[in-house]
Amino acid sequence: MAIDVREQLPKLARRLAGQGASLAAAQRLSGGASMEMWSFTIEGPGGREDLILRHRAIPFDPETARSAPLATEAAMIVACGEHGALVPPVRHVCDDEDGLGEAYVMVAVPGETLGRKIVSDPRFDAVRGRLARQCGAALVPIHATPPPAGLNLKRIDAQGELDRYWDSYVASGAQRPILELAFQYLRERIPSPVELAVVHGDFRNGNIMFHPDTGVAAVLDWELVHIGDPAEDMGWICTNSWRFGRPDRPVGGFGDYADLLAGYEAAGGKPIELSRVRFWHTLGSLRWGVMCLGMYLSWSSGLTNSVERPMIGRRVSETEADLVVLLEQGL
Amino acid sequence: MITHPKTEELAKAVAGWVDEVRPSLDPRNAFLARVAVNVLGVIQRELTQGPAAEARAVEGMAGVLGHPGDFAELNAELCARIRAGEFTVETPGLLAVLTTMARDQVAIDQPNYRPEGTPAPGA
Repeated sequence: MAIDVREQLPKLARRLAGQGASLAAAQRLSGGASMEMWSFTIEGPGGREDLILRHRAIPFDPETARSAPLATEAAMIVACGEHGALVPPVRHVCDDEDGLGEAYVMVAVPGETLGRKIVSDPRFDAVRGRLARQCGAALVPIHATPPPAGLNLKRIDAQGELDRYWDSYVASGAQRPILELAFQYLRERIPSPVELAVVHGDFRNGNIMFHPDTGVAAVLDWELVHIGDPAEDMGWICTNSWRFGRPDRPVGGFGDYADLLAGYEAAGGKPIELSRVRFWHTLGSLRWGVMCLGMYLSWSSGLTNSVERPMIGRRVSETEADLVVLLEQGL
Repeated sequence: MITHPKTEELAKAVAGWVDEVRPSLDPRNAFLARVAVNVLGVIQRELTQGPAAEARAVEGMAGVLGHPGDFAELNAELCARIRAGEFTVETPGLLAVLTTMARDQVAIDQPNYRPEGTPAPGA
């Protein structure tokens, strides 16, 4: 049964800020196909609070899903934050009493997440040149966070990642020669084994809060957090689908590989070879292509009915246009 | 095909109307309306550019595979040969054909998309 978030928010406001508290504003944020995000403000005896609710709108199977349960996501934000990562403070993890299903509440962090603005808005002109380095540095405390006991984070290395996307691709029934070729190419170039670490799993322009004066303010959207190859997070932010019209700047559409790698090393991260990042970067385009097929399937199978899903299915071709170039260039 | 109006013109008319009512919608529906306008754009471009793109893909795949066929047959065989390891990135002409196919398809799906390797704007 669908949950009416707006209806439940006044009760949540009272739970968070006391009986005298009220809901001053609430707005569903656009974007996020499986996850609903709400921005809301509560007024209580202690003053105003700007908060963000993250709520799973579509049920998922924890065994087969790529994402972690929201409670795990919240626990990882707290753990990484305690280890020095830039994260949004977790204000509350919802339980049955809230009537919101799977959800948690964060404190709103000021700044901008829209990738296109980070890449081209003049407000970011001054800070843009520093962002790739900051992104490298921001990954270090995440990768150094010891995984908390009992959370059962999924472990996925390069081979595992290729295997599971291959399974989704085959199950989709789609026949896409470029994706086939990319799978073949990457399978033959799996990087040497590495010590696996906590990785964010969705570290890209669009999931990072940037402040126009200071740059990286918080790393958001932790639903794909897992144990993996640290280079995965670096490759994903280099994937062209998240460069918002600036393919000439490989890191997020705002910076260069060298700055990302140097920022990581300078902050104490174990040096990572560019070819390893390029492997994950290429796998990033392939992965996004297969994910887009999955978005289409979630609509064609009747699981969801939003017009957004089938349209995302037409984004497979962007990844194909990127992959042919990456295959030509080599790692 | 009927030409007064053409199918792509019908799609264009609907897109124009959705654009007109978009400002009156709440943020979530305004976002979905923008997606809907994009969907109608894909439909228009597929109707106008699709046949030539498919013809180019058929010609290219037939060249690499060494025999004629229709799109679905050639595409399926190409996938099978790659999957079997018979075709690789080293196969002469393969990447060139796949690049043309990808560029034609992205021109229908997202004409403003700038793929890997595109130089900086104005460069």
